Order: sequence, then structure tokens, then C-alpha cells
Amino acid sequence: MSQVTEYSEKVMDHFSNPRNVGEIENASGVGTVGNAKCGDIMRMYLDIDENQIVRDAKFKTFGCGAAIATSSMATELVKGKTVEEALKVTNKAVMEALDGLPPVKIHCSLLAEQAIHAALWDYAQKNGITVEGLTPPVNDIDETEEYYAMQGD
Amino acid sequence: MKQIYMDNAATTKVAPEVFDAMLPFFCEQYGNPSSAYRFSGQIADKVAEARKTIADAIGASDREIFFTSGGSESDNWAIKGIADALSSKGNHIITSKIEHHAVLHTCEFLEKHGFEVTYLPVDEKGRISLEELEKAIRPTTILISIMFANNEIGTIEPVAEIGKIAHEHGVVFHTDAVQAFGHVPISVNELNIDLMSISAHKIHGPKGTGFLYVRSGIKLSNLIHGGAQERGKRAGTTNAAGIIGLAKATELALASMDKVQAYESALRDKLIKRVLEEVPFTRVNGDLENRLSNNANFCFRFVEGESLLMLLDQKGILGSSGSACTSGSLDPSHVLLAIGLPHEIAHGSLRLTLSTETTEEDIDYIVETLKQIIERLRSMSPLYEDFVKKNQEA
Repeated sequence: MSQVTEYSEKVMDHFSNPRNVGEIENASGVGTVGNAKCGDIMRMYLDIDENQIVRDAKFKTFGCGAAIATSSMATELVKGKTVEEALKVTNKAVMEALDGLPPVKIHCSLLAEQAIHAALWDYAQKNGITVEGLTPPVNDIDETEEYYAMQGD
Repeated sequence: MKQIYMDNAATTKVAPEVFDAMLPFFCEQYGNPSSAYRFSGQIADKVAEARKTIADAIGASDREIFFTSGGSESDNWAIKGIADALSSKGNHIITSKIEHHAVLHTCEFLEKHGFEVTYLPVDEKGRISLEELEKAIRPTTILISIMFANNEIGTIEPVAEIGKIAHEHGVVFHTDAVQAFGHVPISVNELNIDLMSISAHKIHGPKGTGFLYVRSGIKLSNLIHGGAQERGKRAGTTNAAGIIGLAKATELALASMDKVQAYESALRDKLIKRVLEEVPFTRVNGDLENRLSNNANFCFRFVEGESLLMLLDQKGILGSSGSACTSGSLDPSHVLLAIGLPHEIAHGSLRLTLSTETTEEDIDYIVETLKQIIERLRSMSPLYEDFVKKNQEA
């Protein structure tokens, strides 16, 4: 667990006191990315108003310290932005806002970017909107249900 | 904040008695034991005494004890040394899927050099099958290497039976006993062991010291070439302080073994019982009967191990996990996968390993803290959210 000692103070802060944890009921857009097999799943909820401005953002994450911190930071970064601006919140922006990530954790910031895109895609689909540069998300969940079904749990 | 060290399978605190025994060999009796003058001869005598203490502890002769830098070197030496010495007899090695990386990666290295390796599966408790072991033996099998006790889940393998099968087929038997030595009684003759790897720092001795037991008559090529130390079998200036520390730690471990086992297993059982009863969706990994007395290993569903360790650390509890993030690779622990756990469950593992310094209050504090942390992480987990929603619908 050497990488934990490499986390910046900002990462530790967002891990220890994550912002915007939770769900949004009847969210404008919800996106889930990641894969339990690899140990990271992020779900982002967006509340977007009629002017296409992100009024609120919440998240739930199963994952390591960096996964939780990047989710927290991503929600902070998209809040108050227009849909188009939110789409431009890149993994690099998330990383920079956290004062960097250890190299082995860079994929967590990519996951955060994908979570934003997935939630925006869901919003666009629900409202029949086309947003330039927005592509459908890729996600897959796991083998766990099978395992517990086999165990009779 | 109080620090509760629950990672004694990773390493242990050097016992004060061990430290005191080692101390004179740094600034006072610093001579090279191989030198000819009396200043060094006295140190060589102390090393010889230490060798005798250690040999007695496992029912061996002192000529069968070879000091090394620790567990990894001993494992490398045993496996590569047999592979080289017996390559004219065969090229097949049998080991298990749950070995320490010092064994697994050494076997993988040998595979690149023309050796064939069978990695035996284990059952859900982490035990190998003796029938499968016997079936795996070929005319070309030269070595069986199965660990004494697993470092992650604490499962103790049927060592005596493995050794018996090996000998019936004329195969050399090596065991990595790094986690077991000093915790359970070991007699190399009763347990049919030919080669055994040991490390000092797991039993309150110093890091960087260990030994390989080599039954007399076993042909073993050298790994570390150079000077004539260790009767020409292992080069390198004799680590007198480390060896004397190892002998002291061995002495202490042997003298208190029954008491320590009883103390640790009572606390460990309380920890396991309370965690299983008070934290829902939790499983204990390993074998509850054939188990090291200081090992508890859990999986908490819907939770990832590194986050768990970080939050425990903030509360002063130091443990370890088999999650990918803590293993430094994308896959969680090979041991947890080998006992049949799916990746997601394996990511949520926590190993807590006790020592005699662990108290009943520590256990209570750990359980209470764990309950809060697991609840907090689950409240953030999309997997838990889905699970709860699914159950509400059902």
C-alpha cells in the first residue's frame, strides 16, 4: 500500500471528507462506469436545469482512496457548469485539481471523466438532445451475483 | 491516538530480549567470524551456539542449518538449487496456487528455463488435496514445494502427509514455513521435511536474517556464489548480529508457544465471532480449524480494501488487504482468487494479524471502528445501493 503515502493532501482531504456523496432522486442524468472486477465503480447523478446548467451533482463510488477522491472532485468541478462545459472536464482537470495522483492511480481520474460523460449521455438520451463530442458510455458489471446465486446466499 | 498494530504477518516488532542479545555484535564484537584471530573466534563460537539452538528447535542437526538473508532467499535457493542439482533426473516441480510470490515467481522463472510446474489448486479453505498431489507426481518430478501455513488466510497445510507422499515417490519436499515457524511445533523428521525456509522478522527477530534447513544427503546447488561461509554452501560475510537475534527469537518463541497460541487464538476467535455477528454481508476466509492462531481474514461485500485500510489507519488500526490497489497490480490477491472468491469480493478483504501485545480492549475497539467504517463505505457504494434496491423490489 505504498501508493497511499504518495497521495497529496487534497486527495486525502477529498477521500476523508468526500463532497457530494449520495443520490439525486429523479436525476436528470445518471451514469455508472467501471467494473467491480477491477475494483472501481463510480456512479454520478446530475441535476440539470432547463438552461442546461448543472444545478447539483452527487456520486457513489466503490473503490480505492483515489477513486473516491476523484469522484468527489469531479462532482465539485461540474457543479454550476453548462452541459457543454461539464463535458470538457477532463481527467487531467480532475487530477490537477487534486494536486496530482500517483501514476498507478491515473485510471481513477479517467473513470471520473467517464462517469461525467455517462451521466451527461443519460441526460441527453432522456431529453432527446445531441451534444457535440458526447459519446455513449461503456460499462459492465460483474460476476458477483452469479457467485452468490451459486452459494444460495 | 493509540496505534494498534494488527499486521504481524507482514512483520513483527523486535523483542527487547532479541535486541539486547544482538547489540554487542554491532560496536563491540564486530569482527568477521571467518577471520583467524581470537577476537573473531569468540563471535564464531556464538554463531555456532545460535546454529545449535535453531537446529534443536526443529529437531535437526546443526550441520543442516544454513543462514540466509531471509524467507525469499531461502525459497529461491531451495527451488533453484534443487532444479539445478536434479536437472538430470527430471524437470517437473509441483507447488500450489497459494504460495508466497517468492515461490511462485521462482517457479515461473524456472518455467522460462525449460522446467514444468504444476500449480495445485486448493479447496475453499485453502488446503491442497493429497489425492491431487499424488496424481500430479510424474517420473520426472524432482521437487514438491508446498507452504506450511499461508500468509494471507492463515491456513495450515497437511505438511506431514505431503512429505510422506513425496518420500514414497522419491521426491524432495520443500516447505516455506515463514509464517508457521515459532507459531506451531515443527519437527522436520516427524513432518518429513527435506528443505524448509524460515525468516527471523516474523517471530520478533530482525529483518534480513533467516535460514534454510537442508536435510543431510539432499543435493542442492548453490545460489549465492563467493566465499566459503556456511560450509561453502552460501557465500557472504556471516551476519552474526542477525543470526544471534534469530536464535534468541527462536528460543523465546519456543518457550512461550503454548501460552501464545492460547492467548492469540482466544482473542482472534472473539474478533472473528464479533465481526461476523455484527457486520452484515461479511465472510471469514480460510480454515477455522487448521489455522495460525494470530490470523483473521475477512471479506466485506460492497467495500474496497484500500479505502478500508486508509480509514482504519486514520483510526490508528494497521492492517492489510488483498485488494488490487494494495497488491500493486490489477488483480486482487491470488490466494483469495484461488479459494474461489470472485474479484469483487476479494477486493474487499482485510487481514488482521495479532501478537501477544494485542489486548481484549483492542479487539473491542477494532470491532466498533470497523462497524462504523464499513457502514460509511457502504453508504457510498453503488454496489450496496443496487443490492438494497434489488432486495426491496424482491
